[in-house]
Amino acid sequence: MAIPSSISDPFASKFLPLSSSSYNPSRISVPAQITAKIEQTHLTALRRSQCSSLKASMGSPGFTQQLNNSKLDTLAEVKDGRDDIFNDLKDRFLSFKKNVYMENPEQFESLAKVQTPKFMVIACADSRVCPSNILGFQPGDAFTIRNVANLVPTFESGPSETNAALEFAVNTLLVENILVVGHSCCGGIRALMGMQDDGSTSFIKSWVIHGKNAKVKTKVSASNLDFDHQCTHCEKESINHSLVNLLSYPWIKEKVENEELSIHGGYYDFVNCSFEKWTLDYRGTKLEENGRIVTKNKVFWS
Amino acid sequence: MANQSSELAIEQLKKLLREKEELNGVATAKIEQLIVELQGCHPNPIEPADQRIIDGFTYFKLNNFNKNPELYDRLAKGQSPKFMVFACSDSRVSPSVILNFQPGEAFMVRNIANMVPPFNQLRYSGVGATLEYAITALKVENILVIGHSRCGGISRLMNHPEDGSAPYDFIDDWVKIGLSSKVKVLKEHERCDFKEQCKFCEMESVNNSLVNLKTYPYVDREIRNKNLALLGGYYDFVSGEFKLWKYKNHVTEPVTIPLKGLDMTI
Repeated sequence: MAIPSSISDPFASKFLPLSSSSYNPSRISVPAQITAKIEQTHLTALRRSQCSSLKASMGSPGFTQQLNNSKLDTLAEVKDGRDDIFNDLKDRFLSFKKNVYMENPEQFESLAKVQTPKFMVIACADSRVCPSNILGFQPGDAFTIRNVANLVPTFESGPSETNAALEFAVNTLLVENILVVGHSCCGGIRALMGMQDDGSTSFIKSWVIHGKNAKVKTKVSASNLDFDHQCTHCEKESINHSLVNLLSYPWIKEKVENEELSIHGGYYDFVNCSFEKWTLDYRGTKLEENGRIVTKNKVFWS
Repeated sequence: MANQSSELAIEQLKKLLREKEELNGVATAKIEQLIVELQGCHPNPIEPADQRIIDGFTYFKLNNFNKNPELYDRLAKGQSPKFMVFACSDSRVSPSVILNFQPGEAFMVRNIANMVPPFNQLRYSGVGATLEYAITALKVENILVIGHSRCGGISRLMNHPEDGSAPYDFIDDWVKIGLSSKVKVLKEHERCDFKEQCKFCEMESVNNSLVNLKTYPYVDREIRNKNLALLGGYYDFVSGEFKLWKYKNHVTEPVTIPLKGLDMTI
């Protein structure tokens, strides 16, 4: 097979570090005449490309004569616009390195050895609600999980990525606070509230069903509101249900009882730019009473 | 930066905020603004929990939200991020910090060891839901999976004996998604010490996640239609470096083997 580049093993070649100096995205052009020498040039050009993850293989020269020029042209493509993405990400990292990393060498050196975050944060994957942006968490502050609708499944629902992270944060990192942050206009909660029992399945349905208790409660207590307001109600209700679900984990419950761990809920409204925060009052909460929780230290900032 | 008198003022103002819970929104905001102006800098990381959060939020509101009204007006109506990012839950590797993603730019999933499991309709609905939403509803153009140095999840994967002698916790059940990268690294780098092997596995696991991404039908469809690119990244916070690469997958054009004039025993 004489085609110069066979991409059977895309991960075989060297990675290109962004922090190195010369970085030149170049269009690869292939001369019309096909000879073994041209194949060599092609290989070199491909290796220089910033998206080079190709392993080249050379076939016997006898086959090359069958090839068309146009076929090689398609092989030599570098997708338009992807160079921009590489440049964009490179600029982003270099700006962090210059303005943050190099400005705090001792802090980053000690962080490189070990992390000791005081917080574990469970937030939605929504692009508008990153806890590092809205709550100013710096490197080393918060061990963060982000999933659709910031849900916490119960202990009984079995292994999942959320459970794994809870285990690590609470038992290994020994965080002192767990903060579940919900937000306005949440697509996941909206999907939960709008879910029909029509037998269709999807990943989104299978996931947001973990918040079904919040939906039930909302339908009961907020049935007079329009759909949008019901969703807002459910967004907050779901945070409280996640807090209750946290207590279904024996190791979390034990630490909360011993006052080694505090559980907090937070709600970020990005329409009005306000933040509410409350803490679970474990002593006051009677879980047998329908999972109703008692909160303390409720604050609202806007 | 603050001299003694402004430090005292900051303390008194903070005390006022803590003790007077009935302060109305306007007064609270004014006091917070005064504190931030007096501090003139980023929130102090050693404050107790509540204070920490309020400092962070106030800083964001005054220095970001209030200064970009059109952006936040637009975001309040909807999001259209170009990126979907998978990153580790590690407190040191928030992509918003290291790649300066602002609100609205990146739909972000964070889990232990930034893993993407293969398509499985019976489990891993958490990751499945994020992909389903990002591709079908948000129509992101790039998925970037970022690994990092000194990853506890990868270390746990590499450390776990496969002979059934150690207990199998939730964490082990999760990180075993990366088992094929562990096998590959142990085979290709068996002479290296454990720390080096972990480093190779951190990068190999990113590749494993990229391969797994392609098993999701809608991901595969969008890649074929050239609407979606898969990128891998590696943040090394020990050396302060970032590596970036692309997952490309390509089927070469066929070569026609002529029937006549050639030795058929080739």
